[in-house]
Amino acid sequence: MNLLQELWGSSLGRKYVMAVTGACLFLFAVGHMVGNLQVFLGAEPLNAYAHLLQSSPKLLWCARLTLLVIVILHVGSAVALTLENRAARPVAYVQARYEGSSLASRTMLLSGLILGCFVVFHLLHYTVRMPAVNLTGKDFADFQHTLADGTVCPDVYRMMIVGFSHRLVALFYAVGVTLLCFHLGHGVGAMFQSLGLKNRVWGSVVDRAAWVAAGVLWLGYLSIPVAVQLGLGKEVLP
Amino acid sequence: MRVRLKVWRQKHAHRPGGFHTYETPELNPNMSFLEMLDVVNEELTQRGEEPIAFDHDCREGICGTCSLVINGKPHGPHRGVATCQTYLRSFRDGDEIVVEPFRAKAFPLIKDLIVSRKAFDHIIQAGGFVSVRTGSAPDANALPIPKPDADRAMDAAQCIGCGACVAACKNASAMLFVAAKVSHLALLPQGKVERERRARAMVQAMEAAGFGGCSVTGSCEAVCPKEISLEFIARLNREYGRALLKGPN
Repeated sequence: MNLLQELWGSSLGRKYVMAVTGACLFLFAVGHMVGNLQVFLGAEPLNAYAHLLQSSPKLLWCARLTLLVIVILHVGSAVALTLENRAARPVAYVQARYEGSSLASRTMLLSGLILGCFVVFHLLHYTVRMPAVNLTGKDFADFQHTLADGTVCPDVYRMMIVGFSHRLVALFYAVGVTLLCFHLGHGVGAMFQSLGLKNRVWGSVVDRAAWVAAGVLWLGYLSIPVAVQLGLGKEVLP
Repeated sequence: MRVRLKVWRQKHAHRPGGFHTYETPELNPNMSFLEMLDVVNEELTQRGEEPIAFDHDCREGICGTCSLVINGKPHGPHRGVATCQTYLRSFRDGDEIVVEPFRAKAFPLIKDLIVSRKAFDHIIQAGGFVSVRTGSAPDANALPIPKPDADRAMDAAQCIGCGACVAACKNASAMLFVAAKVSHLALLPQGKVERERRARAMVQAMEAAGFGGCSVTGSCEAVCPKEISLEFIARLNREYGRALLKGPN
């Protein structure tokens, strides 16, 4: 308990929390992208994968609650640190150049908070499947698919195609994913720094690898709405 | 050459301050920035006005007393150079130069461009030392230290404690300063003994003083007159994590 108190009690400790939870969320983002990219394999593999994830409600809720706790810790430490950081400079400079710092590093809270709003929309759109937010006039909960073994499961493939067929929604996704990658480009490198896992030998490699990883995620995530806009899966559209 | 100075003037912490603009007399481009302020102050004194208060001491870049945020950057336009070794030839004739004090809650303003950097002394008092008597300088090679460790410790020991890292950081964080001190001592055998206690105490003192946290923006490294590397902040994060896991003493 003492250790936890000390951990949360210091800015370095809160940065450890932010870094570890950030690492978990980064891994989730990678896994989620790889899962989503199965849309390019067709309806059957994607729906079978989605059914696998949803087939055990206990495990599913366990994973969801874990993610929720991780997000709360990540945002909580970010907000706590930002408030302290703002308080540390009560009188602002008239002229400030913030030499040597990147735009991404200075706007982590902003990119993170907008990203948070995007995640809420994303959950309402595809997880809660609230008809009001998908702008297509359809109820995604009605989409059913029969797998090769005869199991009836939600048609995630059709949901994705119909969802991204709306230009405004696809555009909003593009913005959200771009912000995510902007956030990760700095965040992944900073995560190594906060945990003390950087040195002069490979510190610059870590920083560059962070932007490469962010770029790969950006391409991976963006490829889906772009492909749908270009005609992927148009046979399932009405 | 002549420049127009826009300088922050403030009688003391409890009076509101503001910018005053001064046209300088003819200046020699090879004057240092501080010598230019001396010339301006001489003129102000002759006119019966209060001279601009600013900190300075050795004027050769090794004491860490000079400060100033010049056109938005602590210690002026160059990399790895303190204000005292910034020369007017770095500016153009007729330039307007904005001069502000270091701004941080932990560095309260005393007068004009002078701020109190006592918070750094409190951090050093908390753990920036070796408690045991180490005697006089040991014979060379009596205490073997690997060359890379010695080099790295010396890189960190270059910190002159000027506070530019705090001034430049968007969070007014003192992490680079604390990191330099903690790393310098933790890398050498005399300092290693107390490394956990030191990391913990210095971080506590840093936070008690009201400095912000590190957002890894890299501004501190970019303005440090001694070019202390961000790598040392990673080392401080390691040292502090180690201290937390080992528990108090």
